Amino acid sequence: MATIADDLRPLHHPKSWIGKYVWSQDHKVIALQYAGTAISVGIIALVLSFMMRLQLGFPGRFHFIQPENYLQFVTLHGMIMVVYLLTALLLGGFGNYLIPLMVGARDMVFPFVNMLSYWFYLLSVIVLLSSIFVPGGPTGGGWTLYPPQTITGGTPGSNWGIILMMVSLAIFIAAFTMGGLNYVTTVLQARTKGMTLMRMPCSVWGIFVASIMGLLAFPALFVAAVMTILDAVAGTSFFVPQIVSMGKLTQHVGGSPILYQHLFWFFGHPEVYIVALPAFGIVSDLISVHARKNIFGYRMMVWAIIIIGALSFFVWAHHMYVSGMNPYFGFFFATSTLIIAIPTAIKVYNWLLTLWRGDIHLRVPMLFAIAFLFTFIHGGLSGLFLGNVSVDVPLSDTFFVVGHFHMVMGVSPILVIFGAIYHWYPKITGRMWNETLARAHFWVTFLGAYAIFMPMHYIGILGVPRRYYALGETAFIPPSVHYVNMGITIAAGIVFAAQFLFFYNMIWSYFRGPKADPNPWGGASLEWQTPDTPPTHGNWGPRLPTVYRWAYDYSVPGAAHDFIPQNEPPGAAGSRAPA
Amino acid sequence: MDQRTTIVTTEPGGVPQGLRDFAGDWAADQEVFRRVHWGKAMMWIFLLSDTFIFSSFLVSYMTMRSSVTAPWPNTAEVFGLNVFGVSVPLLLIAIMTFVLISSSGTMAMAVNFGYRGNRKATARLMVATALFGATFVSMQAFEWSKLILTEGVRPWYNPMGAAQFGASFFMITGFHGLHVSIGVIMLLIVASKVWRGHYDRKGDYSAVEIAGLYWHFVDLVWVFIFAFFYLW
Repeated sequence: MATIADDLRPLHHPKSWIGKYVWSQDHKVIALQYAGTAISVGIIALVLSFMMRLQLGFPGRFHFIQPENYLQFVTLHGMIMVVYLLTALLLGGFGNYLIPLMVGARDMVFPFVNMLSYWFYLLSVIVLLSSIFVPGGPTGGGWTLYPPQTITGGTPGSNWGIILMMVSLAIFIAAFTMGGLNYVTTVLQARTKGMTLMRMPCSVWGIFVASIMGLLAFPALFVAAVMTILDAVAGTSFFVPQIVSMGKLTQHVGGSPILYQHLFWFFGHPEVYIVALPAFGIVSDLISVHARKNIFGYRMMVWAIIIIGALSFFVWAHHMYVSGMNPYFGFFFATSTLIIAIPTAIKVYNWLLTLWRGDIHLRVPMLFAIAFLFTFIHGGLSGLFLGNVSVDVPLSDTFFVVGHFHMVMGVSPILVIFGAIYHWYPKITGRMWNETLARAHFWVTFLGAYAIFMPMHYIGILGVPRRYYALGETAFIPPSVHYVNMGITIAAGIVFAAQFLFFYNMIWSYFRGPKADPNPWGGASLEWQTPDTPPTHGNWGPRLPTVYRWAYDYSVPGAAHDFIPQNEPPGAAGSRAPA
Repeated sequence: MDQRTTIVTTEPGGVPQGLRDFAGDWAADQEVFRRVHWGKAMMWIFLLSDTFIFSSFLVSYMTMRSSVTAPWPNTAEVFGLNVFGVSVPLLLIAIMTFVLISSSGTMAMAVNFGYRGNRKATARLMVATALFGATFVSMQAFEWSKLILTEGVRPWYNPMGAAQFGASFFMITGFHGLHVSIGVIMLLIVASKVWRGHYDRKGDYSAVEIAGLYWHFVDLVWVFIFAFFYLW
């Protein structure tokens, strides 16, 4: 039976370089492959966002940005950032790296399937990027890809771009399913002795619940993708009604665009939390470790993750208040949306209470964690405006929405990702990054994010619509908006440039950084207790660790050190009786 | 065998003890599902995910069908067969459903024989299951060709009314047929491994049960497709 977690035989030990680093079945290598691909494709999305800002800040100055290009940039930027960067990096990257190390497993339960997951992901990225080079270019229908717009003539990429986009998403979903099944099964079935569910670090909880959500939410997107492809290729009418497009009646008859929106957002809203929950979990660990204090209300933190995950399947239509659906739906979905604020607020209070009277070390990972608290609270508060139907209607499709979701699910998870990379980098590479560069990167990114996205709320309230190539001469838009837009673009340019500090720091430190301590922050969770740094294939040497306590024994009174590792037996030197 | 700690609470009120024990069992260390093969656990989770795919398809179909304005074809007639000049409604689909449900029976027997270690009976029953599955897919191909060639139904067009009839029928039964075809291939692979004694050497016939889980699921999904497409 394959359930003997301490059995070394199932591990596939390749000898060649290609077997070790390319066709690898080691979860750590797969994690780095995922992360590398996700960050590379993320850089493309970052460049695209800067091009959009160039157009908005200085309309007409850059002739290579035509209206259709602008729409294509919007679409690709959104889809890449949400799916191919954040989802892939948080679940495929951090999920792969952290789950087996944090629960004390040698690898994922099915390493071969895990490897396939990465290669399918890479294929989906290649298909997506190939749409840039087909006739008509990539789709320009906005990241939500609403039909009939995306597949009728006049929209950029309506001939090939949309098909490749949907095919790429379907492949991504297959890739995610293979990975997600592994993450969930590993957490359920392959924990080490003593690792009960309620002793797992919050990071694992966040990734675990997000993976379950992904397995239940991506199917709706898969179905929407299949039906869109059929509408575009086979001339079916799932989503497209009979309309006049480019002066001609379409061949379609009787389709429902609202059906697509329901399917898309049944995936799309849980997707927000698929990105947010791993970030919530990771930030809990960062705050606890660097405040040298146990996470406040661990049980509540876990239950809040589970409840947020469950509730997020009942709020999707708050993205559709202006879509023309039945108004009574708005009442239901506004209520369920506001209920989610309760477990979310519990988490925020618990993070603050963890900091309260903690022994706070303002190292770079902690700076990013605290920055996350700021951006997440601000993004959450603007969410209250958009969650209520009557307030949402005038704000819909304005820059207020852009500001809101970038704060809450763009900047916030990205800050956590940066914090997490700085936090685990010494374990992953065995080397330490440069402190000065890291601090410079933090301050420019954090303050820059505010400089970019705060003014967007303001111009949104003025009524500036999103996704417009140029504002032109419009009575309700005061001239100050143009100066604000210019300012945002300059700030975006500075933040864009500052990211190279990060990349330079990571690459330089990998080769030249000073050798890192195996446990530089004094972390109590299992991944810091590996016999080797970086951990080798199989993670734990001859014997799996045994866990005797939760992951948050920091500053325990009477203990010899200010932390007690999870695998330290009770009664051993310096620790107190088991909790 | 299992040494599980019971969390005893002395506080009055709160969560009932039974519920606490249940949560405690679930949250106990190492494995949530004790001595359950990893592949089996993973297959269950996959099937849960796949359920959401089929549910999305079927719910989309239902909303489409109840919102189209063009008439929906009379399913009893469309899916009827003409036997010696007598039109029998739902004849073909009744046979198809019978075949598929019989295949679930042979599959269940195969799993049973597998756990008893009866190599040959297991392999034979799995091949029988695969043959039933292949029969089902061939009959589906016949049904499709009848709809396309005789009735003139296309994914984008339906002479009897709503275009969504052809579109959703081909899409959903096609997706299900794909599942059956994959299942047939999987069954044949596992059956050949059973025949060659692979699982005897491993001392573990779980793969038969895992393939069986998938097969029963595909069968169960068919019941819903049958109800929603043919009986509605």
